[in-house]
Amino acid sequence: MLTLKLAFKNVTKAGLRTWLNVLILSFAYVLIIWTDGLYDGMSKQVVGDMIDMEIGGGQFWERNYDKFDPFTIDDAYAPIPENLEELVKNNEATPVLFRASVIFPQGRVQSAILKGIDPNQKVLKFPSEYLNTGESDYIPGLIGSRMAKNSGLKNGDIVTVRWQDVNGTFDATDIEIVNVISSYVQTIDNGQIWIPLKSLQEMIGATNVATVIVLHKDIETIPSGSPLWEFKDHNFLLADFYNYLDRKGMGSAIMYGLLMAMALLAIFDTQVLAIFRRRKEMGTMMALGMTRGGVIRLFTLEGTMHGILAIIIGTIYGLPILYFSAVNGIAMPEAVEQVGLSLNSTLYPVYGIGLFLSTSLIMFISVIVVSFLPTRKIARLNPTDALRGKIA
Amino acid sequence: MTNEELIIAQDLSKDYPIGGDFFRALDGINLSVKQGEFSGIIGPSGSGKTTLLNIIGALDTPSDGSVNVLGNKVENMTHTESANLRNNFLGFIFQTYNLLPVYNVYENVEFPLLLQKIEKLQREEMVMQALEWVGLTNKAKSRPSQLSGGESQRVAIARAMVKKPKIVLADEPTANLDADNSHHILKTMVKLNEELNTTFLFSTHDEKVISYLKRKIMLNDGKLVDDILVN
Ligand SMILES: Nc1ncnc2c1ncn2[C@@H]1O[C@H](COP(=O)(O)OP(=O)(O)OP(=O)(O)O)[C@@H](O)[C@H]1O
Ligand SMILES: [Mg+2]
Repeated sequence: MLTLKLAFKNVTKAGLRTWLNVLILSFAYVLIIWTDGLYDGMSKQVVGDMIDMEIGGGQFWERNYDKFDPFTIDDAYAPIPENLEELVKNNEATPVLFRASVIFPQGRVQSAILKGIDPNQKVLKFPSEYLNTGESDYIPGLIGSRMAKNSGLKNGDIVTVRWQDVNGTFDATDIEIVNVISSYVQTIDNGQIWIPLKSLQEMIGATNVATVIVLHKDIETIPSGSPLWEFKDHNFLLADFYNYLDRKGMGSAIMYGLLMAMALLAIFDTQVLAIFRRRKEMGTMMALGMTRGGVIRLFTLEGTMHGILAIIIGTIYGLPILYFSAVNGIAMPEAVEQVGLSLNSTLYPVYGIGLFLSTSLIMFISVIVVSFLPTRKIARLNPTDALRGKIA
Repeated sequence: MTNEELIIAQDLSKDYPIGGDFFRALDGINLSVKQGEFSGIIGPSGSGKTTLLNIIGALDTPSDGSVNVLGNKVENMTHTESANLRNNFLGFIFQTYNLLPVYNVYENVEFPLLLQKIEKLQREEMVMQALEWVGLTNKAKSRPSQLSGGESQRVAIARAMVKKPKIVLADEPTANLDADNSHHILKTMVKLNEELNTTFLFSTHDEKVISYLKRKIMLNDGKLVDDILVN
């Protein structure tokens, strides 16, 4: 109790030394939470976008379809089963047909997957309505900005595509790029051209077939599948993304550790310095009747209090900042769109109580350890140094 | 009760390791100090004065022989026991004042009382009284950095005296002070010695201090060479 009082007194009386320490610590604390929240927000947002634009409330896959094997694509089509047809009519599901193709943009050869989607579908937030172009000589095609970059295609370009129909016969036609969508979801963008479902069905010579059937994300009951159609839930459909996040997570853990190390180094530094600078002070305290254990406890507690103060101060000025950025989002610079995941230009960080608690706890424990370690050395300090009047 | 022997050293020796060898800083000291004495250990630099005071203050242990302070054998005490002895019965005054820099004058003097877990009201009374002894009641709120050397040493005296210890050990308390301040401080200590019957043991080679001493314990090369009582 006395130690606590004394530590509190020392910390509050030390003025600038305390506040510098606490400020650095609290910066680190807020920064750790902020980056973590940003990271969480980022993945939540991408997941949200993927659900909105691509995977909906889950998908039925034609049993031959294997997304890791492009050679399966041309075999992966089947008539839409009746129970799903019903959902499609009610705007609760929408079929998508895939087809491997080769495109010839500006004389080059490139493979691409054609994806047929109903231009009037209301299931996904995918902007398929661009495909409603009325009368035209060309089949309208929609590509993502990534695809546009890779292929050099742009709005208004005509590109020749070649594909095989259900009989294995090659055929070719021209597609007019009617829009380049800046997509947030990589998996609807890379190497794909979206065209009207009916057109693709005609091109391959099969009516009413699809490769996947996407359910509306708000669908209440998942309809039953069939031997031909297997249901794939979110876990399955997002697994790649989560794997990706895990790999990214390593990066964020390193970042977290780095920030923490910075903060702890600051404390460690001041504590180590304190041993040398405050040696005389400690010797004096011992000469005045404080026990060695008492001195160790006192100095450890002082360091710990820096941690507590940092958490309090960080919370006081950090909370409004964190709250503000969580509510209003953070405008992302262009550069971020270049990295692996494409993102909305405004990002909403997500801060969970768990994040606060775990960061606080880790901070707290680390501060104790880092304060204790150098202070323990004092146990070996001879209080006679103080009495001898050495300035060291 | 006077004439009680508070400090008894018997065949006290202290060796400091130097390289693979030992340096004998104190060599077979026999000494006893009675309650109420105002005495000083006098000797040239390096004669072992500080070493002797440290052992008497239980901050260090003898290599040989025995030191009894207030009935406690210093050589057998644990760290906690020696801390308690200092806390309750010993006061220290240092050559370099050693005030706690972040505390003001009042808090510096209060510190030993906090260690003794004395209540706030009583603490206040005792601190103010100690500051009165040294004439510094008006500087209670000052920080050590704002004090002159003489004032700092008076605070240190108040801090050593506030708990009314049995023994005050003062290691060259005037070494950093000018003549005026030295005399002021010595008079203060003489007064406290007379009023409270506190035992004072100095270490010094300062003539000013020596002129106030009632007993001069002469040390040379770690040996007690003379012991003079002044009437
Ligand atoms: N920790 C130590 N290790 C080794 N030798 C030491 C140590 N402390 C003191 N000595 C030696 O012991 C001898 C006595 O030292 P001490 O400090 O007691 O002398 P002193 O009489 O107080 O001197 P001064 O008047 O300069 O303060 C000196 O020769 C000193 O070098
Ligand atoms: Mg000395």
